[in-house]
Amino acid sequence: MPPTESLIVETAERIFADLADPQDILKAGDGAWQAKLWNALQDVGLTLAWAPEALGGSDAPLGEGFAVIRAAGRGAIAAPLAETLLAAWLLARAGIAAPSGPMSVAPANPRDRLRLDADGRLTGKLRNTPFARAAEHLAVLADGPDGLMIALARVADCKVTPGENLAGDPSDTVEFAAVTPLRLEKAPAGFSHEALQLMGAAVRAQQIAGALDAMLALAVRYSMERIAFEKLISKFQAVQHNLARLGDEVAAGVAAAVSAADTISESGLDGEAALLEIAAAKIRCGEAAETATLIAHQVHGAIGYTDEHVLHRFTLRALAWRDDFGNESHWSARLGGFVAEIGADRLWPLLASR
Amino acid sequence: MTALRFDPVRLPAHCQQLRQEVRAFLADEIAAGTFNPLDPDSGAKNADAFSRRVGARGWIGMTWPKAYGGQERSFLERYVVTEEMRIVNAPTRRFFVADRQSGPTLIRYADERIKREVLPRIVRGEASFCIGMSEPGSGSDLFAARTKATRTTGGWLINGSKIWTSSAHQSDYMIGLFRTSPSTKENRRHGLTSFLVDMKTPGITCNLIGMMSGQREFNEVVFDNVMIPDDHVIGEIDGAWKQATSELAYERSGPERFLETYGALSELVRVAGPSPDIRAAAGIGRLVAQLHTLRRMSVSVAGMLEAGAEPVVEAAIVKDLGTLWEQNLPHRVRELSAFIDADAEGYDRFADRLAFNLKIAPKLTIQGGTTEVLRGIIARGLGLR
Repeated sequence: MPPTESLIVETAERIFADLADPQDILKAGDGAWQAKLWNALQDVGLTLAWAPEALGGSDAPLGEGFAVIRAAGRGAIAAPLAETLLAAWLLARAGIAAPSGPMSVAPANPRDRLRLDADGRLTGKLRNTPFARAAEHLAVLADGPDGLMIALARVADCKVTPGENLAGDPSDTVEFAAVTPLRLEKAPAGFSHEALQLMGAAVRAQQIAGALDAMLALAVRYSMERIAFEKLISKFQAVQHNLARLGDEVAAGVAAAVSAADTISESGLDGEAALLEIAAAKIRCGEAAETATLIAHQVHGAIGYTDEHVLHRFTLRALAWRDDFGNESHWSARLGGFVAEIGADRLWPLLASR
Repeated sequence: MTALRFDPVRLPAHCQQLRQEVRAFLADEIAAGTFNPLDPDSGAKNADAFSRRVGARGWIGMTWPKAYGGQERSFLERYVVTEEMRIVNAPTRRFFVADRQSGPTLIRYADERIKREVLPRIVRGEASFCIGMSEPGSGSDLFAARTKATRTTGGWLINGSKIWTSSAHQSDYMIGLFRTSPSTKENRRHGLTSFLVDMKTPGITCNLIGMMSGQREFNEVVFDNVMIPDDHVIGEIDGAWKQATSELAYERSGPERFLETYGALSELVRVAGPSPDIRAAAGIGRLVAQLHTLRRMSVSVAGMLEAGAEPVVEAAIVKDLGTLWEQNLPHRVRELSAFIDADAEGYDRFADRLAFNLKIAPKLTIQGGTTEVLRGIIARGLGLR
């Protein structure tokens, strides 16, 4: 991917570099950077890029938002930027204005469900909700007596049990016990639980793709600095072939993620093209995260395993992002079930239509 | 290090229109019994006639200059034709090598008279090519080639042998790499020259070599004082190494680099039925996700070629991942077959396809550039060499 794709991406990258440099974060050892980063992102309108102007957002094209999210992955950004973008996008489906401040979105686990009762109260347990405790508001999808609903709720009205993902970022359990949301609207016709999972999966795929890019750059650079057996380790064929495999995996992850983002930008989340593209991106980025993590660490040796080296900020996040909005098995079963349904003779036409 | 780029290139509408034409043509050919999509060897006896009919449709050399019989159509259009032919196992052997590789090499480096004589015949589906690179003592290491071309009055005399030359016994021409000078201390790649060889020239013997798949396509090609005219030299004498690399991007990243064992997947889906065991479904979904990703990468490279770029590293990545994937595919399908009802309609056909693809799997990461060679190219692209 080119380092800059648009003005909005350039802006995001500059803010990430200034306020969330991975090495600076490790040195500081505290979370003081988080508020500064958030304020800078919010000031330039990045956090609500996916909400229309009428609903308080900056109405950026979906493709630009995805590019910002990839850039956040390249910086291993541990802040609820992707979640807030996604939450504002979900709220906008139902015409709900996005509040300022960090948000999260749920369910992030495809098996969890929130129920809305006849009195307009939400009940349910939502596991692995990213950054829930750092957010002021949650955008949620709920099953109500009149069908699927989109709601904006206050985190303070829920019981939040802190948890963390592999990278140590918040991944909390949020319990709704008859919570009355701030806003409640019917989801638009055709919207589904899967639509949110697809959009979330596409977002996570972009983040993983960005982190993959960074892992390759770090591993290649390190191999050209480190001397062992009296030469640069980049000169050993075994190391070169490992890095070539890393390049293969990074290329596959990036290509799949970018293609899925392009599909959503061009034709939305409905239909078989979106299912194929997004499921493939989440699966392939997940696979790439696994292989790339192992190779990037192998190339770095012991130094890359230390807490003070930046590598783990990328590798652990890429691994963690696999788990939200359906992991590889979830999407494999879904995509394979769909392919079985349409049958052998329609598989190739489906692939070739992309 | 330069960043790897795989833009989400989409095939334009006119390509998808062309796809429908190709599908209709192939459906007619299948209905007429020219070949059987489930049996890659079935079309062998009709390959010549099929090749001429494809040529008549304008689908050979379609990107080439009009002056040589081409149509100056886009790489993306060629891409569509190639993948539709490949997916049904059409008998393309008679024209595919010339279309992909030999023709573009001639266009770039051959004598004008040769171009005007040979290229239109390729386009009509009447001239087939093989590639004479490997020798008993030189495979991946092309520059170790020893078969000699010695200058003589009006041309060159070739002596020695090539090996693993696919379809040499049925080809009209070979583009071969021969030693015209010793290599030098400074440049071990120096001293090799590319020649256009008319396979009917006296002194050429093709000895078929059987393969472990049961097919017979490999040849040992023996040259015994074979006379090649001067104007059959392709490009610079002793300087073939300069020409060898630039066009390889075309060869490396096409759909033929990941679709060779597709039949194992499609037949698995067929016998799995509409509501398979969840383990079979998950296995199929994963394979489809990987295949989709490969194809999107491959289309992206085709788009770069169309835009005039030389995506050498990206193409090598597509081939490395693609050939490993198609090699792996029958093994994964075999595992998933445990969850399939063996009484399912078409199971025997599935088992046949699977067995065939398991047998051909080992060659897929060897032909046209081994995994090891590709990794070296990728490493160079990453700045490591």
